Amino acid sequence: MTDARDHESHENDPHEGGSSQNLPDSPAGSAGAVPESAEPIPDPGLPAHVWRPTDVDEAQEKRAERQVAGLFGLSAVCVVLFLVAYFTLDIGDNHDTVAGLGASTVALGTTFGLALLLIGVGIIQWARKLMGDHEISELRHPARSSDEDREATLAALNAGLEESGIGRRPLVRNSLLGAVGLLGLPAIVLLRDLGPLPGDVQEDQEYPGAGLERTVWTKGMRVVRDVVGTPIRAADLEIGDLVNAVPEAFFEVDGEGEHLIEGIELQIAKSKAAVIIVRMEPDEIIVGEGRDNWAVDGVLCYSKICTHVGCPISLYERTTHHVLCPCHQSTFDLADSARVVFGPAARALPQLPLAVDDEGYLVAQSDFTEPVGPSYWERG
Amino acid sequence: MSIDTSKVATSNSSAAVAKKPGRAGVVANWADERLGLGTAMKKNLRKVFPDHWSFMLGEIALWSFVVLLLSGVFLTLWFNPSMGEIHYEGSYDQLRGVAMSESMASTLDISFDVRGGLLMRQMHHWAAMLFIASMMIHLLRVFFTGAHRKPREMNWVIGCLLLILGTLEGFTGYSLPDDLLSGTGVRAADGFMKSIPVVGTYLSFFLFGGEFPGDAIIPRLYMIHILLIPGLLLALIAAHMLLLVYHKHTQWPGPGRTEQNVVGFPMLPVYAAKAGGFFFIVFGVCALMGGLLTINPVWKYGPYDPTKVTAGSQPDWYMGWPDGALRIMPGWESEFWGTTWSWNVFLPIIVLPGLMFTILLLLPFLEAWVTGDKREHHLLQRPRNAPTRTALMVALMTFYGLMWAAGGNDIIAIKLHLSINQITYFMRAAVFIGPVIAFMITRRWCISLQRQDNEKLLHGYETGVIMRSPEGGYSERHLPLDTAKAYAVTARDRDEASYVPVGTDGVDPNGVPAPTGRGSKLRGRLQTLWFADNIQKPTAAELEEAHHHAEHEAHGELEGVSADGHQFDGHHAVEGETLRGDH
Ligand code: HEM
Ligand code: FES
Repeated sequence: MTDARDHESHENDPHEGGSSQNLPDSPAGSAGAVPESAEPIPDPGLPAHVWRPTDVDEAQEKRAERQVAGLFGLSAVCVVLFLVAYFTLDIGDNHDTVAGLGASTVALGTTFGLALLLIGVGIIQWARKLMGDHEISELRHPARSSDEDREATLAALNAGLEESGIGRRPLVRNSLLGAVGLLGLPAIVLLRDLGPLPGDVQEDQEYPGAGLERTVWTKGMRVVRDVVGTPIRAADLEIGDLVNAVPEAFFEVDGEGEHLIEGIELQIAKSKAAVIIVRMEPDEIIVGEGRDNWAVDGVLCYSKICTHVGCPISLYERTTHHVLCPCHQSTFDLADSARVVFGPAARALPQLPLAVDDEGYLVAQSDFTEPVGPSYWERG
Repeated sequence: MSIDTSKVATSNSSAAVAKKPGRAGVVANWADERLGLGTAMKKNLRKVFPDHWSFMLGEIALWSFVVLLLSGVFLTLWFNPSMGEIHYEGSYDQLRGVAMSESMASTLDISFDVRGGLLMRQMHHWAAMLFIASMMIHLLRVFFTGAHRKPREMNWVIGCLLLILGTLEGFTGYSLPDDLLSGTGVRAADGFMKSIPVVGTYLSFFLFGGEFPGDAIIPRLYMIHILLIPGLLLALIAAHMLLLVYHKHTQWPGPGRTEQNVVGFPMLPVYAAKAGGFFFIVFGVCALMGGLLTINPVWKYGPYDPTKVTAGSQPDWYMGWPDGALRIMPGWESEFWGTTWSWNVFLPIIVLPGLMFTILLLLPFLEAWVTGDKREHHLLQRPRNAPTRTALMVALMTFYGLMWAAGGNDIIAIKLHLSINQITYFMRAAVFIGPVIAFMITRRWCISLQRQDNEKLLHGYETGVIMRSPEGGYSERHLPLDTAKAYAVTARDRDEASYVPVGTDGVDPNGVPAPTGRGSKLRGRLQTLWFADNIQKPTAAELEEAHHHAEHEAHGELEGVSADGHQFDGHHAVEGETLRGDH
């Protein structure tokens, strides 16, 4: 097709997207404005084939053959070693004996890896040294179909459409389109039970503290140390201390010693109710509006869940009262209602109002007064 | 060179020897009578594949995907995608008795109680790194060499989809063990979803089956990881390969290699052997890495706990750049009518990646729109010969790289003893300015390389041989490029052949000119920018002139004094030539 191309008819518009434009005549694509003769160097044509040593020297050929077979043989040896390693080296207790990994892992990986590599190298060596190495040349064809094919296809398509009558019977066509379109609804609706609606979770309260606007904190619940669960007195804390704490509810057990909150419910509760407790000089605290009695002797309690995207914040710098989130480095000033002093977070960490109970232990005055964790659409 | 071809060994003889149909023939006949393989394979068995090291990058991606399939299936035999809580009782002492999800416990079992399990886990993870990295580099190769041009745009689109699906596949897999690090990632993903206006909260509740973390996310990610995305990947890879075969591979220009042909080794045997051998090499490298290099030691992080975090939490590297965007974004949030717009999360993590991906997907179409070039292209271009395109990709890479670096701002701060605030402020500016600077430098760099090519064509290459003239002046001896090289350098489009000036195109077959509106004005301006300052290859006349001049110099002024330099450069045989020359 390209051979038969007609230069004349396209002279003024060499780029019009006709079929004959699909493949430029010369590699330099100079069919347009610049005449062929302007090509600085003519194509010297494919270089002659060069015989390899293995093509002309029988000794070399035999050597290459032995080389390749040798590689395959070594691979087989590696497989045997792999089997030996599998059945002799144990794992489990000896998981870090070699290079921080178990002897078994290292031995299996090495023997298996080498077995594969040797096969690969052998095959490639075979191809390079011993297989025919004549480059061959194939003609390309434009990606588009020939004009005849296009016409035939169009004709067939039209015949098909015509016979279906889809053009002549708009009623049938449109009602079908409508019906098929509506099938999208079941496809979407069927996904409805993937999960409950945020509002319903909040309302149903199927587990303690359910819903984005609630946590397990309630009025009078003790603030206890993370992991060990011991209650805390303000006097237990030094100025400058930061303690990870959780609600006492995490450690409550029923008559049989079973935890009241456990498994997934515990994970959900943790992801909202974890707090940090800090103690600082009372005169260093810039008391937030309406938070006059939220602190106890300079002890403040904030949500541990970053308001950015929810990592637990962790790094405390006692001199500045700044706490840093390790995920994206949002920094909050705990002396100033945990407002954001740096980083991508937009909101202060919610503060938990503290009080002391009869025995002098820290307790919550109430749940958090705003949702904890990342912002969301309905949060307001 | 004369070679006694009578000694040519069997390795290169292709004369077919007629044989009686053996057992293979019987099988072939059986199959052909049912499947018609004869016709289907007639052309493809000896299909030509051009050779170049850079064509291997896509192959690495393909083979590492196969390794992922194999090692992944192995892992599914033991992995238990459940968030049910159990107390670990396996071989790893430090975690014995600790409450964790069954998925974490089964990951530990695979690591410590299944022989070869840790090897397979690490192979799987390393192969995933290799898969994504090689796809990225492959994509760069394609773009820098112009292989995305017509007729291969659809393969570019498929490739981009593969990249994004591969990334998602990596993220879902990484989340499966339910360890502290991956759980932190899932926690962040929950925050990302909640930042989406209107539907965000619902998306999160539907995906997690309720409140984060719920008990549904791991089983759902598991289904996505082992069925949904692998299925899509497989289908897209098949389409990618089919199109590759249909279009035939691009090739580098060179003697005898033109737009109309494809030169290389036939599929059977050489290409099949090399590609097949390469599969074993990729597989073997993955196995060695899996056996010798620790990756994702989940036992050190422990099970996920929403109140804990490891310092320096980093996602897998390919998720690093949106993470960087998230880190340097100012903390903007607005409230309207009781609704919350979390710009600080939504823009960097949802909008930006979507935007970047769209740009990537559209690159071939944008380029074709600007140049108006509607021809097919099968010869690759050297990056320097498309300065604006090359510069564009380098600018995008710079953006990516800076964002990625921002994703490690805490590490940079510690390593370089800088304050994290300074780094963040610097990065906020750098991600906008850096790409512009990179664009300008790359473009000028390409253009000077083009100039250097012309220099070599016209005046020869530098031999390193210093000449002393009778007057005592020194000059370096230049020699002409050999013909094959010189041809390869000139086998490229002149710019006037590579675009259609605005206004001359769009004339439809009926001769009605396209309307010229604001779009075409913009196009005209972009077109000017696209080609501005490019250096064109010399014309035949210029070349002639330059060579004539050089000869004159050699034979005139320097006659009898000069060595012609060929004696030193090893470019041709020197027997029979005298050092001094005898002209
Ligand atoms: C393009 C493809 C794939 C990518 C990028 C990928 C990536 C990953 C990654 C990064 C992990 C975490 C591994 C770790 O614990 O360190 C993983 C885990 C896993 N993958 Fe894949 N994977 C792919 C395909 C598959 C396929 C096809 C299957 C199964 C048919 C599979 C099955 C699994 C299983 C069961 C795990 C969890 C086991 C464990 O973490 O120990 N993967 N994947
Ligand atoms: S989650 Fe804390 S800064 Fe992003």
